[in-house]
Amino acid sequence: MSVASLNRAHDGSAAVDPANAILVVDNITKRFETPDGVLTALDDVSLNVAPGEFLGVIGPSGCGKSTLFNVIGGLTDGYDGRVTVAGETVKGPHASIGMVFQEESTFPWRTVIDNVAFPLEVAGLAKAQRYEKARHFVNLVGLDGFERRYPAELSGGMRQRVSMARTLASEPKILLMDEPFASLDEQTRLLLGDKVLQIQQELKQTTLLITHNITEAVQLSDRILVMTYRPGKVKRIVDIDLPRPRTSEIVSSEAFGRYVAQIWSDLREEASQGMRDDETRTRQAGEKR
Amino acid sequence: MAAMALKRSRSFPLVLGAVVLVASIALIELMIRGGLINRFIVPLPSQIVMSFERIIVEEDVPARFWLTLREAFWATLLLIVFGIGGGALLHRIHTLRLATETWVAAMASAPTVLMYPLFLVIFGRSANTIIMMGFVAGLAPVILKTLEGLSSTRRVLINVGRSFKLTPAQLYWKILFPAALPTIFVGIKLGMIFALINIVGVEFLINFGGLGQLINELAERYDLPGTYAAICFVILVSVLFFMFIERVERWLIPGD
Repeated sequence: MSVASLNRAHDGSAAVDPANAILVVDNITKRFETPDGVLTALDDVSLNVAPGEFLGVIGPSGCGKSTLFNVIGGLTDGYDGRVTVAGETVKGPHASIGMVFQEESTFPWRTVIDNVAFPLEVAGLAKAQRYEKARHFVNLVGLDGFERRYPAELSGGMRQRVSMARTLASEPKILLMDEPFASLDEQTRLLLGDKVLQIQQELKQTTLLITHNITEAVQLSDRILVMTYRPGKVKRIVDIDLPRPRTSEIVSSEAFGRYVAQIWSDLREEASQGMRDDETRTRQAGEKR
Repeated sequence: MAAMALKRSRSFPLVLGAVVLVASIALIELMIRGGLINRFIVPLPSQIVMSFERIIVEEDVPARFWLTLREAFWATLLLIVFGIGGGALLHRIHTLRLATETWVAAMASAPTVLMYPLFLVIFGRSANTIIMMGFVAGLAPVILKTLEGLSSTRRVLINVGRSFKLTPAQLYWKILFPAALPTIFVGIKLGMIFALINIVGVEFLINFGGLGQLINELAERYDLPGTYAAICFVILVSVLFFMFIERVERWLIPGD
């Protein structure tokens, strides 16, 4: 099978009908004031996500991936366009959206079980109830036996699983993950990818994964949205037609390699542009000094 | 093998600390006896030890110790309430922070002990003056460290709270405050040190109250072993307070 027959490239958000989408990102443009003038981080970005879908968002550093994450999660305002979840416009943090952050975000003063039970505590659940529920999510991410441990006693990968379990415990309609495994080594990243796939299949969880790792994106996603470098636009959407259920073993398949090569050829130009821009900025900053 | 096992044991640091302390005291004893240190300025440690019983019985040390301990306790309590409250207020009201942070920092280095006549006028020659002097001396570090702790809470933890739709009060009590606690405790310990120094200092200056007054009286009588023995009791107050605060810290910040 050739890459051309495996992939269908789309312009913008044509792949999922907005009427059937659980998440609709509609013409989002976000600008920032910087000392060098106005920076357009996102330019007219649109995408639709179907219920239960796993969408990967990939792009070079500085393309606005995290800005998109913050816009969808309701952590950023002051943008043009609209984000809706199940028909409801997002105007701030939304109970339907659960966020897993790139940086280590467990609460060091809470045990694993208390970290996971945090959203349930905020929701006002009784202690016994929230512990019972939290234990289910601790088991789901494979951390049973570590309930009474503190984050400082866990590895980086285990801490990220605690963060994921904590977010899943709030039972969001959409799980939003911003490069959750960026700080981990490649092997751990692949194995945690397996865990994410297993959880996603078990919960039928709609998931949006923001990443700059092509392997991770192809391993996990049903579709991958490729973004351009500054201003961040949708360059194309690639359907990943690999069989499910998947495991990390899929990375050794021929089709997987073709997808990776295809997406890299899309990204290469954007990443090169990013590098050139970085060099220019560094040179200019040096000249100013 | 036995030496390795001893090094690995949990009590090894404690034993090592005690051995170093006893060795230092023995060394000072030898230096005084050998004439390297003038015994009319520093008494023999053995004399100091011998004078413990005398000053406990004759100078009513338990009551004085208890009084200084109580003064230190109330000053620390005031520090915790107003220091943390003040820091939280400056964190919450940005304009107030900009307007006063420099002044608060300047207050930390001001020799407030010299203001004791003013406090005597306001509170009279009583324990209240001593407590207030201790409180004022230790306030700035608690405010500044509380402010620093709250301001340096990692952005991602705040975003986690926001993503779970926490109210401002929940965000404060469930994330900001616990995240800031290790830094706040540094401020409390610093404040407590300043407070205790000032408490004993003012007791000494106004010749009133607990161990400071006792040191004053013994020094005036040129009872050097007694004076040093009384100083040892002040150190004991400090150690007890530190141990108590560290216990509270470990209880409140279990994962640290």
